[in-house]
Amino acid sequence: MRTTLAKLRAPGLYRAGLGFAIGIAFATAITWVVRSSTGHATFHHYLSGDAILTVSLIASPIFFLVGLGGFDYWLYWAAGRPTRPEDHSSHGAHSWKDYFRINTDHKVIGIQYTVTAFFFLLVGGLLAMLMRAQLAQPGAQFVDANTYNGLFSVHASLLIFLFVIPVFAGLANYVLPLMIGAPDMAFPRLNALSYWLLPLAGLMMLSSFLAPGGAFADGWTAYTPLSIDAPIGQDFFSIGVQLAGASSIMTALNFLVTIITMRAPGMSFFRMPLLVWANFATSLLVVIATPFIAASQFFVLLDHALGFNFFNAGKGGDVLMYQHVFWFYSHPAVYIMMLPGFGIISEVIAVKARKPIFGYRMMAFSLLAIVALGFTVWAHHMFTSGMASWIRIPMAITTAIIAVPTGIKIFSWLATLWRGILHLDTPMLFALGFLTTFTLGGISGVMLAMVPFDIHVSASYFIVAHIHYVLFGGSLMTIFAGVYYWFPKMTGRTFDERLGKWHFWTTFVFFNLTFAPMHILGLEGMPRRVATYASKFADLNLFISIASFALGLSTLIFVYNIVTSWRGGPRAAANPWRGLTLEWQVSSPPPIFNFDRVPTVVGGPYEYGVPGAVHGIFAPAPVPATVGGGAPVTTGGGVHAPSE
Amino acid sequence: MPSRRSIAATGVAALIATAIGIALSYAIHWFPVQASTQAKNTDTLYHVLAIASIPIFVLVVTVILFSVWHFRMKPGQELQDGPPIHGNTRLEVLWTAFPAALLLGLVSYSFVVLHDNERKPAGKEIVVEVTGQQFAWTYQYPPSVTGGAPFSSTQLYLPNNESVDFAIRSKDVIHAFWIPAFRLQIDAVPGITTHYRATPDRIGSYPVVCNLLCGVGHSTMRSTVHVVAPARFEAWVRSGGASQSSTG
Repeated sequence: MRTTLAKLRAPGLYRAGLGFAIGIAFATAITWVVRSSTGHATFHHYLSGDAILTVSLIASPIFFLVGLGGFDYWLYWAAGRPTRPEDHSSHGAHSWKDYFRINTDHKVIGIQYTVTAFFFLLVGGLLAMLMRAQLAQPGAQFVDANTYNGLFSVHASLLIFLFVIPVFAGLANYVLPLMIGAPDMAFPRLNALSYWLLPLAGLMMLSSFLAPGGAFADGWTAYTPLSIDAPIGQDFFSIGVQLAGASSIMTALNFLVTIITMRAPGMSFFRMPLLVWANFATSLLVVIATPFIAASQFFVLLDHALGFNFFNAGKGGDVLMYQHVFWFYSHPAVYIMMLPGFGIISEVIAVKARKPIFGYRMMAFSLLAIVALGFTVWAHHMFTSGMASWIRIPMAITTAIIAVPTGIKIFSWLATLWRGILHLDTPMLFALGFLTTFTLGGISGVMLAMVPFDIHVSASYFIVAHIHYVLFGGSLMTIFAGVYYWFPKMTGRTFDERLGKWHFWTTFVFFNLTFAPMHILGLEGMPRRVATYASKFADLNLFISIASFALGLSTLIFVYNIVTSWRGGPRAAANPWRGLTLEWQVSSPPPIFNFDRVPTVVGGPYEYGVPGAVHGIFAPAPVPATVGGGAPVTTGGGVHAPSE
Repeated sequence: MPSRRSIAATGVAALIATAIGIALSYAIHWFPVQASTQAKNTDTLYHVLAIASIPIFVLVVTVILFSVWHFRMKPGQELQDGPPIHGNTRLEVLWTAFPAALLLGLVSYSFVVLHDNERKPAGKEIVVEVTGQQFAWTYQYPPSVTGGAPFSSTQLYLPNNESVDFAIRSKDVIHAFWIPAFRLQIDAVPGITTHYRATPDRIGSYPVVCNLLCGVGHSTMRSTVHVVAPARFEAWVRSGGASQSSTG
């Protein structure tokens, strides 16, 4: 009894569960107070299930986090009680249980993020398999239309907000502080809190299937006024997005401050690895853009739950306004989901081709160009929306032009391959696969910038093909490349290379077989987001469904490889790829505080082939040798053995 | 450094691949039938885009495959690095300027097509009002078309070779009025009236598709457009939109 009580008092999952229950009680009480004080003239019943549920969705996660201990430090400080200074005793994870509590170690948080994101990848993928089962033949046979609409809505929401965006934040959480020579992120407690918002957001979106009326069923875009008249499941999305968005913003602020203030001595901006540049650019996008989707979903919530009539045309509302606010985030979000992948590919290709990144500065500048241009293209999602027609002209031009910095990156990676010594192992295969599939996604993107063509295929299966070439053929390929590349560093183990290659080839082949035919379906006139379709599309759809099941199975190779290698793979060396960047200069996994001695950066991150070049040393830099970036340094503290 | 011979051979292979790709882009049956003048313009634009895109994709894949073929690590190279090439300003300027020029050219051409597709033609033009509601389309023919009282129909009949200006509204949520055979669509938005213009030029019946998620019945919100000879259209209008089963 006393131990139970102690568990309920101490921060952790038990107290979090208690907090969750208190959140529901609080929601019940507050809706009862508001309703009974307003009186019978307004409400027939003083208790309403819908009202309690909606308020609970907001209150319970906050109480849960308080119970978990996410706010302990700040609450103690606010109450004037002695705070517990961070003694870093919670750093590191000693058993699997340490991953289920508040932990301020960026390496633990990185793994929490990554594993959670992959859990939601598998769930989201499973939802896609159910969709393809429904679409294998025309005519509903597997689920009803409402459930089907819920499937694709939750599929997209989970994979965008709970997989692609956070998995990049997770990988960067782990490796970015190591790469810049920092002992941790700038705000470790904020880091822990930003992680714990994610499982709550994901479980909320997923549990909407249990809500009365079913899951939110109007797409991840939640276009008004459809979303305003939707059942209560809609609130699970509106509020879930707030949690995931808050998490994104917290992490982005954390990355920005970490990158700006915590770089090791000698690491100027133009000595940063491109992964750091990429996360710098991404974080700028996140902090500027994410408040817009938060606003758009607050509008929907207020309209849906309280009848604010923001989007009710009959009451002075403006339907198109929603789309402008929504896409002002959701187009930059495409780059939020791609730029960190560009960073990963730069790391993998430089190391695996044994050459400096071709045009390093242009690679960094093109990231910044994408950040700036990314805010000027949003209305290309609205060419057929009925907005003022002149807006199409500038938006089409900027949309075409944003392909230029992206093209610079592709061509620079190709030039990096040229005359290199290519190590064609699993991370490199995913990087090369990414180059081909992402180029296709980029080309179809340029085609969609052309207004008359977009007018035909907008919202058709051509769009489904395009976004999967960008987000699966683009982002997910880079994620797999990054996970394999840093797996030895993160786990201290070596993955099975043979299984990794199998995973690549099955993924690459079945990805293309699944999504390439969707271009044709769209051009032929098949709309997206339909539970059934004209019989003339039957053959291609059956083909796609079969290919997609094989694609789903290919993921199991990855899961098996990762799980078994993590549990019992051969021990990994500190620097199995002979990388120059700082994360490879410490043990695998790194020491609890990353660096036993603060590193000093004396050269660029990719000086492969330069005789005697080093990026960082673990002794104070000899003063004159640091000038000029690539100047050879030959102290005993050098951490990279020059290659012959 | 690979020999000039192997680079030249690869270049020839890339040219052949490009030619095959462009030939395929014409051979493959991508689109539904063309039933409007706009469809012809848009399909031409598509083929121009394909011709511009295929060489770029072939270039990327060729460089990757050539690199894998020539620069893959050979036994004994395990600890070697490549040459420390950091960049080439001329090359970088080239691959910034050339794509920018190409893209601006393509987008300019697309504006020409857009202008042609949306321009009011010299000849006769009729107005048809389209109303979307969950989950059906209705079509109103105003007095300017009927010459008498307006009437409403669930059938969409259009005279061949005459421009039609669709005025599109919604009674509830957003729908999209898509006629794939015309290559045209626009949303039906509550509170505003949207428009597009089509000149049907092929007699026949073609699907009308709601292409924006509008609720549980979205998948079945379909209609048909019948493009008929002007004389038949006149007869149909005079009959007050009496349902006709046969078309042609």
